[in-house]
Amino acid sequence: MAEIIKSTKALTVNPLKVSQTLGASLAFLGINRAVPLMHGSQGCTAFGKVFFVRHFREPIPLQTTAMDQVSTVMGADENVIEALRTLCEKNKPDLIGVVTTGLSETQGTDIRRAVKEFRAAYPEFDAVAVVPVNTPDYLGCMETGYALAVEAIIECLVPESRTGKEVQTTQDDHHARLPSPPTPLPRAGEGSVVSRYATATGMAGQRPQQVNVLAGSHLTPGDVEAVKEWIEAFGLWPVMLPDIGDSLDGHLVEAEFSPLTLGGTKMDGILSMGESVATLVIGPSLYKAADLLATRTGVPDYRFDSLMGLTACDAFTQALATISGHKVPDRIERQRAQLQDAMVDSHFMLGFTRIAIAADPDLLFMLTDFLLGMGAEIVAAVAPARSESLSRLALETVMVGDLDDLEKAARTRDAQLLIANSHGVQTAARLGVPILRAGFPQYDWVGGYARPWVGYRASRQTLFDIANLLLSQHHDIRPYESLYRDEARNNTPGAGESRAAPEAGVVH
Amino acid sequence: MKTSEIKALLDEPACSHNEKEKSGCARPKPGATAGGCSFDGAQIALLPIADVAHIVHGPIGCAGSSWDNRGTRSSGVTLYRTGMTTDLSETDVVMGRAEKRLFHAIKQAVEDYQPAAVFVYNTCVTALIGDDVGAVCKAASERWGVPVVPVDAAGFYGTKNLGNRLGGEAMFKHVIGTREPEPARPHPAGIRTHDIALIGEYNIAGEFWHVAPLLDELGLRVLGTLSGDARFREVQTMHRAEATMVVCAKALLNVARKMKEKFGIPYFEGSFYGVADMSAALRDFARLLNDADLTARTEALIAREEAKADAALEPWRARLKDKRVLLYTGGVKSWSIVSALQDLGMKVVATGTKKSTEEDKARIREIMGNDARMIEDGSPKALLSTYKDYKADILIAGGRNLYTALKARIPFLDINQEREFGYAGYAGMAELAKQLALTMESPVWQAVRAPAPWAANIVAAVANA
Repeated sequence: MAEIIKSTKALTVNPLKVSQTLGASLAFLGINRAVPLMHGSQGCTAFGKVFFVRHFREPIPLQTTAMDQVSTVMGADENVIEALRTLCEKNKPDLIGVVTTGLSETQGTDIRRAVKEFRAAYPEFDAVAVVPVNTPDYLGCMETGYALAVEAIIECLVPESRTGKEVQTTQDDHHARLPSPPTPLPRAGEGSVVSRYATATGMAGQRPQQVNVLAGSHLTPGDVEAVKEWIEAFGLWPVMLPDIGDSLDGHLVEAEFSPLTLGGTKMDGILSMGESVATLVIGPSLYKAADLLATRTGVPDYRFDSLMGLTACDAFTQALATISGHKVPDRIERQRAQLQDAMVDSHFMLGFTRIAIAADPDLLFMLTDFLLGMGAEIVAAVAPARSESLSRLALETVMVGDLDDLEKAARTRDAQLLIANSHGVQTAARLGVPILRAGFPQYDWVGGYARPWVGYRASRQTLFDIANLLLSQHHDIRPYESLYRDEARNNTPGAGESRAAPEAGVVH
Repeated sequence: MKTSEIKALLDEPACSHNEKEKSGCARPKPGATAGGCSFDGAQIALLPIADVAHIVHGPIGCAGSSWDNRGTRSSGVTLYRTGMTTDLSETDVVMGRAEKRLFHAIKQAVEDYQPAAVFVYNTCVTALIGDDVGAVCKAASERWGVPVVPVDAAGFYGTKNLGNRLGGEAMFKHVIGTREPEPARPHPAGIRTHDIALIGEYNIAGEFWHVAPLLDELGLRVLGTLSGDARFREVQTMHRAEATMVVCAKALLNVARKMKEKFGIPYFEGSFYGVADMSAALRDFARLLNDADLTARTEALIAREEAKADAALEPWRARLKDKRVLLYTGGVKSWSIVSALQDLGMKVVATGTKKSTEEDKARIREIMGNDARMIEDGSPKALLSTYKDYKADILIAGGRNLYTALKARIPFLDINQEREFGYAGYAGMAELAKQLALTMESPVWQAVRAPAPWAANIVAAVANA
């Protein structure tokens, strides 16, 4: 329904876009004992590291192939091989995600071949999974890079098990060998165990309580936790891919230092995804990854554009009830009722409110859809890159542009509230409106990464927060003094201090 | 930029590192490298010039995750905080449209923001595809009548330090000396005004504003600075300074040296951190400016300010006395901070010397004594084990090590670029003392180090069994 219009400026001002390279790195940061390796100049990694460290307030494992001028011209495959060897030797990771940059892509790297050469030269590191992914920064945005990495992980690591054929082990797949078989996993619902390599044929549903979750880049660690709890409430066991709720949630551990991720999706979990009873896909950017997973494994999937608001949450809850065969737990019924209550309470403040939003497509979709459902008006919606999902929004236009485009549209259309990342704070100040921080990066306050948005409870909290921001901006009707009034009527000492507070629920 | 030109830049006769292995030369090791690139360094050096439109010419990777993330502050215009990039698309790169896009981007910046000048930063991709950034800048400058300065410091040229230097080169080549300063306003106290320049002062967290009033009082007019709270028009006039101070910045010595060679401006290297160094910097200015009256007034000011600082620090000294510090910073700061900490009665048990020169190390020995422990290995592991071996009470290091400390549940003070507190000048010392006490005396350490009650019970149960 919405027309997607691309900004035609030559100069991007106050960028909203973050590179695909960082998006892919983020996905790998959600895998246990992993490290992303950027194939590019050392600066690509240094900037990425600072970006994530300031957002998550966590040490971030991230390495570089350190291309310089000479290797850029003469060939940098050797840098990739050398970097992989060094990481394997020093840190013994479970997984290395090799992500490319604008530099290596412009140079014309064949990243798969480089990884293949590494495999041939160093068979002693076969136990380390290496997943290459092409993520040039002159295409897409953070979200698309993240999606490409999830697709690459599925392609490289999830065994093909759909058609009853012999399973494709990784012998002919040099860029991604599986780790040597670990202890077999017990299957849910029965005592027997099967070796993962024997689970070759049509294993979907072998673990009737296990569900896969493809978790989009718009989910915070707090969101991922909320989704897990939601699923577990139905007696199901989620395998999150990726799981930044486990690796980037900010928790102190005994180990004082780790060069790898501490937490995240475990390799065993990824390998067993073909045996799950269902796949839940959160965010349209991962639908392609979902196609890939379904084709490989035959596990049926359920797709969710959004997990905010009553309708979206109900769809998810219904899916969980269907998959598990359990009735919806009382606790969730109560949360649902609480959201309903908050909706009626806050519709006074949110109704007709003119809101401007800038975010990557999935987050933009989710927030816009949610707020439209509250009767708000979305006067400006800006994404850093095109996504077909956005055309399904009930808006006239969605802009592909930067925070400058957002600012101009918000000003023209008199927005009352801004939703954007921390860079939007300056924008909001110039516009003179409050801001709700959402998306990447959030560096100017604490805990943005931990905040949940999805589910009944977080939807309710978001309504409260927006309503309060609007109430804080409430403008009273300007007092009018009749020309017949006596000046002395306002001279009572101290009386000036106790003006009546504005009525809650009226926003001008 | 040709590799031969880069090599020439790495040869800095004024630098005491010059005879030794240079970090700018060493090839970074794939898979085991930390630290920024030349583009990063050039931005650190130049971005604080507040009224300039800083355009990053490249795809989004370079600007997208780094714009407006520096701690530098401006007293007025804040155009430097507006992120600008050509945000090249695949077609721009493949079809050779990047130069044209840059030309139009400069036009847009000039028309929408009326900047004092436009700086265009080259990046890896545009360097690789061979964009002639210099030619575009020249053409754009002629077309729109605004100075457009190319900063050729693509990331893959080398390290952050090299980028600092490349940024400085660009200023020396294109900006410094392109305008004459106006005569100074008469000083309210009727004293003579001397013009000075600062190089490598970035006004992090506004800390230079602790120092600036003192310079004003002494009749020292900061003609231009690279680059904290600077304006383009001021940088243009730096060639008329009578003396230059290089503030903790080996990488920008080239600018100071060239200003000496070309314009005969004497310079000195100094620091505004710590009471002793702050006083030394003021004395050095008086010495280079060779003005007896200034010298006398400088001594009077130092006496007054040191007494004031002393009084302000007194209550902190009792709390900080004999606390043990593990310091990990590079180069000049390794000794300049040591003296500041000793001034507070603290014991520096070890200091990082990875980026320090022999001269710096000699200075450390002089200050800390011969048993001064110097550490070369700055890996988190090595830092933590040194911390334990030497029974330190706090780690003072750059922001990169912040979470090394916090995850190990130890107190930390950030001493580098991104910090949020200003420690420069006499007034900055009290802030430093406060921040040190704040982290070391915090009750959270005790709380987070203690095991959970049930974990303690288990330990006890096992012990009793």
